Amino acid sequence: MQNNAVSAIHILEKPKKANPAAEISEKLMHIIFGVCGFIAVAFVLVITVFLVISGAPAINEIGITNFLFGTEWAPTNSDPKFGILPFVLSSVCATTGAVIIGVPIGILCAAFLAKFSGKRISAAVSGAVSLMAGIPSVVYGLLGMIYVVPAVREIFGLPDGANLFSAIIVLAIMILPSVISVSETALRAVPREYEEASLALGATHAETVFKVSIPAAKSGITASVVLGVGRAVGEAMAVIMVAGNVANMPGIFKSVRLLTTAVVSEMSYSSGLHREALFSIALVLLIFILAINLVLNLIVKRDKK
Amino acid sequence: MKKSRKIKSVFLNFIVWTAAAFICLLLAGMILCILARGFPNISLDFLTNKPSLLHHTVGILPNLLNTLYIILMTLVIVLPLGVGAAVYLSEYAKNKKAVRIIELAAETLSGIPSIIYGLVGMLIFVQFCSLQTSLLAGALTLVIMTLPTIIRTTQESLKTVPESYREGAFGLGAGKWHAIRTVVLPSAIDGIVTGCILAVGRIVGESAALMYTAGMANEILTPKEALSAGGAGSTLTVSMYFYTKERVDIDTAFAIAAILLILTLLLNIAAKIAAKLLKKGKGK
Repeated sequence: MQNNAVSAIHILEKPKKANPAAEISEKLMHIIFGVCGFIAVAFVLVITVFLVISGAPAINEIGITNFLFGTEWAPTNSDPKFGILPFVLSSVCATTGAVIIGVPIGILCAAFLAKFSGKRISAAVSGAVSLMAGIPSVVYGLLGMIYVVPAVREIFGLPDGANLFSAIIVLAIMILPSVISVSETALRAVPREYEEASLALGATHAETVFKVSIPAAKSGITASVVLGVGRAVGEAMAVIMVAGNVANMPGIFKSVRLLTTAVVSEMSYSSGLHREALFSIALVLLIFILAINLVLNLIVKRDKK
Repeated sequence: MKKSRKIKSVFLNFIVWTAAAFICLLLAGMILCILARGFPNISLDFLTNKPSLLHHTVGILPNLLNTLYIILMTLVIVLPLGVGAAVYLSEYAKNKKAVRIIELAAETLSGIPSIIYGLVGMLIFVQFCSLQTSLLAGALTLVIMTLPTIIRTTQESLKTVPESYREGAFGLGAGKWHAIRTVVLPSAIDGIVTGCILAVGRIVGESAALMYTAGMANEILTPKEALSAGGAGSTLTVSMYFYTKERVDIDTAFAIAAILLILTLLLNIAAKIAAKLLKKGKGK
């Protein structure tokens, strides 16, 4: 009896031990996949560490208040000044402006795609939106430089059209695709019953969309706005071509320089403390972006609950 | 119904349609402007020459080649990493917290602006790994940038592989790796292909991350030079920026813009077709 049982167990175990090479490769692959899995985490850490190491010393040397709240940026003067307040405020203004113009258009277009149009038209417009998302930012910059900047100059009678306003227009167009696609997904996810109830109460289709669907998709739409803010804050190449690139405090028709464009325009020729200060600017930019990501995550998490 | 309500409804309808029409007209206008100004400057000479002040030629062959090199190098590195990470997340990882941390890291990576990738790539690959300004440094920078895309698309398609496939494989005595290699990954090929197309789109359109890592040179590189440290070169997008800002050669810039636009369009169509075809294949 006992012998039988033992041999039965023996038979059961046999195939497992039969191929030690396979077993080793199983274990090896488990480890390899694990390494791949955590490589994204490693990348985030490495990026943060490298930027902190290269950016923190300059902030320390300049002094954090002088750096963040100094209103003058003159790194190549004999008495150099490293105040990045103009960049921070310009970035904030450009982003706010882009959101004010871009988000309403984006949400209306998302409402159109999700609720107003038939399948065919919706597919065509969606295709247009995803093509817009794929167009490289330098192309937006070129178009802005050739068409938007002269138009702004003509319409407002300015000596030069390369200013904050042009940057806002270009950024507003560039954030449209992200705002539209995320808002559309959110609007499509609104339960059909909500809308049916509203229609049954006698509301028109348009009233239903604006008073029921959009409020119900509030958190998804907010997420799309935050995503758009992230895009606008981080955009460099298109802005550098239309914003004029002078380190002024922001004014709607003043030539401005943003956090991103400050880094791009001076990196090639900077050295010493100036160069380190550019890394500090990148560090400030990274902190901005991480904060925006955090907000985005909180919104999405709250939505899931 | 009250008249004011009726008017309001008509108005709401009107602005929604206007917004959609605005987007379409905007895109159509952009495409027309680019093609109208770009096409006259595209010729066979333009595509097969390198720019030379001495011979008075303008050409984008080096930039086309560099773009191709960078796409290939990036994909070769990022595909195993990204697919591996996705497999780990959906097949191996049991700890929910670990999964959450990895997903959070991937989301963070996808939110970081490309100029920061450019700077960090310069610090890490160009200086720290002493690859100098080179296509390789540029490609490695783009690996970090495109990793989240590959992870996300692969993971999404791994989620749609039926559990019964895996159970079937295990039931036949396959080990986990064996099952993944022979059953799970082949069924998730649609996500991997979509991820590749999206990544290529991002690489083609990238400029800020490449300016200070891959450089601005316009020389034709052999594949061997492209793989070595110091083999610097600009992709189409970077050279377009260069022509616009530094040389103020707007005609050439528009010609490159037209080529980029066509590439973007083709990649968009490819992504749609791939998604459709592969979905059909899955249905069988």
